[in-house]
Amino acid sequence: MTGALLEVDAVTKRFGGFVALSEVSLTVRSGERLGIIGPNGSGKTTLINCICGSLRSDRGSIGFDGIDVTRLASYRRTRLGIARSFQVPRPFSSMTLAENIAVPLEYVAHRRSLHGADVSAEARSILARMGLANRADAPTGSLTQVDLRKLELARAMAACPRLLILDEVMAGLSSVEVDEMLKIILGLSRQGVTIMMIEHIMRAIMRFSERVVCMDAGRVMAEGPPDHIVQDSDVQRIYLGV
Amino acid sequence: MVERPAHLAVKRWTSFIVGAIAILVVALLLARVVGNEYFFFAGYVVLQFIVLATAWNILGGYAGYVNFGSGAFFAAGAYTAVALIKAFAAPLPVQLVAAAMVTGLMGFAIGAMTLRLRGIFFSIATVAIAVICETIVLNWGFVGGARGATVLQPPAPAFFTSYTRLLFVIMTLLAVLAVALARYIETSWIGRGLRAIRDDEEAAESVGVPTLKLKLFAATVSGALMGIAGAPFPLYMNFIEPTSAFSLNYAVSALAMPIIGGTASWAGPVIGAILLGSVQQIVTVTMSSELNVLVLGLLLVAFVVAAPEGILGLARRLSGKAGAR
Repeated sequence: MTGALLEVDAVTKRFGGFVALSEVSLTVRSGERLGIIGPNGSGKTTLINCICGSLRSDRGSIGFDGIDVTRLASYRRTRLGIARSFQVPRPFSSMTLAENIAVPLEYVAHRRSLHGADVSAEARSILARMGLANRADAPTGSLTQVDLRKLELARAMAACPRLLILDEVMAGLSSVEVDEMLKIILGLSRQGVTIMMIEHIMRAIMRFSERVVCMDAGRVMAEGPPDHIVQDSDVQRIYLGV
Repeated sequence: MVERPAHLAVKRWTSFIVGAIAILVVALLLARVVGNEYFFFAGYVVLQFIVLATAWNILGGYAGYVNFGSGAFFAAGAYTAVALIKAFAAPLPVQLVAAAMVTGLMGFAIGAMTLRLRGIFFSIATVAIAVICETIVLNWGFVGGARGATVLQPPAPAFFTSYTRLLFVIMTLLAVLAVALARYIETSWIGRGLRAIRDDEEAAESVGVPTLKLKLFAATVSGALMGIAGAPFPLYMNFIEPTSAFSLNYAVSALAMPIIGGTASWAGPVIGAILLGSVQQIVTVTMSSELNVLVLGLLLVAFVVAAPEGILGLARRLSGKAGAR
């Protein structure tokens, strides 16, 4: 059955007088590839923060795999299977790449069977899949932008998510690097991971998404298949500036 | 640090434990062999600072939450001991355990109130707790209040020629236990979680690290060890009064020693405590006890400016450069 994995129901988030999210409702099916677009400040990242638990929503509810996670601490949601990347990469800067990966391995994947050697080997194999094998013992400070993004992705994947939320993982990458990243992400999708991707790069969104949601001023303004969304006159007006 | 296969980790623990036992045996031998009583008087202080600095580093170094009120935890441990001596003539082991429980609870309580928030709130609360504790003790007649209280050393057990020698060996044991505990935390998944918290708390939470639980754990262990460092203090001094127990020297030393030694590893606080503790003893004897804190302050400033990662970081950088050549 490909039922709903994530159910966001009428979630509202205010910062003082500013309404960042206004009764946003959204359903993500298990195994789906969902793209989220919208101008800066439209509430995309706030929505992710509410889903992941970095922010508590003021009203509404968030259900994951039939469990109400609205009030759950962020780390508990991760353990249930929601992982994310950050818009600006946030590596653990005092650690090597392998150690960065070891954190979610120890705290999520192998929580009940802690064993130093296994974790290290597994961290290396995850890095290898991202093409970072030869940097495993390097400090994060030595990484290029694209490698930092890959590390961010690898660290999220190490938590064995069922829902992976990517917040502009391709921002600032060259077109070759975008293709490389897209290949990795589509590969994850084929392994059965449900993926929500926020992105400004339309080429990536069009190739990645089965369905696209367009947000504006804290609301879901339009949703549908990607080719349908780019034809939508409202989307063209507010987002593409046509 | 790179992960090592399990058998290597076991080997490293084995050599650590052998080293720890060797240190205890040496301490016992010294207590029999060395004639000069001052050696034990000064050695005790250095060992006490190893415990205090190691305790501070578990929260301040690993997790990055700075405690400015180590003096309050130290004094709370000392006064717990005094209260137990006055009330029940409790033996030293009971004093140690009780002190650890009281200050562990103190650490947990301050943590529970402030560690939900990130950043500086915990540090501010530790400054406040120092003032509160000192005020309570000043007005608590049972433990001597502002006048202080005299505590008589019981007769030393047959093996030791003086009670100070016994305390020296006990403080060696406490230092070894504190360092072993810190080393265990540092090299386990707990330590990796604490480092993740120090690097980026939100990112840590996002990969499944229960940040609040780990911070509370670290605050409790850190507090308990600080209290246990202070518990034998009344018997060591034979006398206790608030001004010396709550001395600024403890709060400054507890954070200066790990910072100067290097906060990344258990060895940092040990190196810092041995170095600064010895320098302080030398300055006290050859110049004046007032210059103590001044020397400490100057060294702290020098290290923060010139070697922010402490002696350990400096050594690593130098050996790294040598290796690169």
